[in-house]
Amino acid sequence: MTSARDGVLAERATPEVASRDEEPVVDAGTRSLRRTRAIRPPGTGFFRLREEIPDRLRRPLVLTSIALPFLVWTLLSATHAVKPLFLPSPAAVARAGWDLAASGQLWSDAAATLTRVGIGFGLVVLVSVPLGLAVGTFPSLRAIFEPMIGFVRYMPAPAFIPLLIVWLGFGESSKITLLFIGTVFFNTVMSADVAARVPKALIDASYTLGARRWAVVRKVIVPHSIPGLLDAMRVNIAATWNLVVVAELIAAQEGLGYRITRAQRFLQTDQIFAVLLVIGLIGVALDLSFRLLRNTVAPWAR
Amino acid sequence: MGAVTGPEGESKLCTLGLTKDFETPSGPLRVLDRIDVSVGQGELVCLVGSSGCGKSTLLAIAAGLQPATSGVVLLDGQPVTGPGAHCGLVFQDFSLYPWRTVAENVAFGLEIAGLDKAASRRRVAEYLAVMGLTEFADSLPRQLSGGMKQRTAIARALATKPEVLLLDEPFGSLDAQTRASMQELILDVWRTLGTTVLMVTHDVEEAVLLSSRVYVLSPRPGRVSAELDVHLPDPRHRSLLREPVFQSLCHEVDDLLGQAMQAEAASAG
Repeated sequence: MTSARDGVLAERATPEVASRDEEPVVDAGTRSLRRTRAIRPPGTGFFRLREEIPDRLRRPLVLTSIALPFLVWTLLSATHAVKPLFLPSPAAVARAGWDLAASGQLWSDAAATLTRVGIGFGLVVLVSVPLGLAVGTFPSLRAIFEPMIGFVRYMPAPAFIPLLIVWLGFGESSKITLLFIGTVFFNTVMSADVAARVPKALIDASYTLGARRWAVVRKVIVPHSIPGLLDAMRVNIAATWNLVVVAELIAAQEGLGYRITRAQRFLQTDQIFAVLLVIGLIGVALDLSFRLLRNTVAPWAR
Repeated sequence: MGAVTGPEGESKLCTLGLTKDFETPSGPLRVLDRIDVSVGQGELVCLVGSSGCGKSTLLAIAAGLQPATSGVVLLDGQPVTGPGAHCGLVFQDFSLYPWRTVAENVAFGLEIAGLDKAASRRRVAEYLAVMGLTEFADSLPRQLSGGMKQRTAIARALATKPEVLLLDEPFGSLDAQTRASMQELILDVWRTLGTTVLMVTHDVEEAVLLSSRVYVLSPRPGRVSAELDVHLPDPRHRSLLREPVFQSLCHEVDDLLGQAMQAEAASAG
């Protein structure tokens, strides 16, 4: 009975558990309790809650998550179920990507976009990390800044584009400013929460070891916050990365976002797909680098 | 403020009429009511009480971390106005710096005091040895067992040579065996270093075993409901636990605690 109910992926049920299940029923009261018994420990099988899954389960799942969409895409284009103009074949996209790379356009576009994100997000970090740490550390500063930040945070950054063009023109500064206002408030709020999560007892212990307030900030709140700050950056650079494509709609001459709008003008959907894939890949690389940085700088928090 | 001489003239640390109200939406809530406790130089004194008697608040005020609503804490006859290395505090949850190794945790207070590297290293090594931590010097807190974490916290508090060591349920989260060995260790360290210790616990046996005097606190608001001298032979050892005189002292404290609880129930009802 047990083996029939076990899924293919489940760990083998131990014979002890099985034999205990077949103990004679003593009375009706016991029986009703018995029915609520699980047939195996909860930390096994496919839908285990918050338990590690073994590699022999994880690897095929990860592979499926990558391969399945690709397979569907290939099938859809190979069977001509969707017009190539709407959905170019993987081969066409690869060729478009190759051509873009060979002509050097892809690299200069990626470099332009990465530079914008680098400057924009660099400014975000420069402002939001100290501000967030201060807001999270001093409730009086939180009272001053939080209402304003909480309000502006909900204004969609792209809605500022017309204003930015009026204020700053069509140059780089309006694009960088868009990235900045689109990310700085979120990163401030998240950094403040990180600083506010430093346990009170840790701060009190530091006072009783002779530390004054500034030493507590420098030697306790900042180091304790570093992994959390890097996590916040990892989340928010994704927002900057998304926004840069929007920013490049403002009269850009190069950049991955510009390449997409240009390709659209000439109905080169294969190029759009190729650039989209590159955007996704660079995003994943950014994410991984922040993870790597976090684990290198703060191995204690892993 | 000048020196205030309390009734406990020769005590190292004492509280005089210490009262604490917490502000709540329904008005002030009294958590400590006119607490008078005193600890002599080199003495180890325990406060016992059930949860809700404001034990942790009392230690926080004694350490200068919180202001009292009224009353005063005196250290060597001088009012305590704020926290500092003069008064070490050890928490139940250890509160170690997770990014610092054991040795770096112990060195924290020495860095703050501006001790030079060599002197600091010597002092750290000394206290690691006292607490039996030498081989864990380079471990991170997350690699340690609960007992080892608490040893680190105590070593860290002792390394700055505080005038007084306050222990807030230091063994509350440890298993019985670890707790027993930590009790032996604290007795050992206390005898060796002669530190003045004020410890809060809810464990009656622990209080009787360790201290020369026990204060019994009653809850809501926290009051000193009894004070009991523990006349047991020194040096103390856990073998005392089997002695009838030890057990009768424990029963006495138990009864005092029970009376404190009943008094509270009666006043609440």
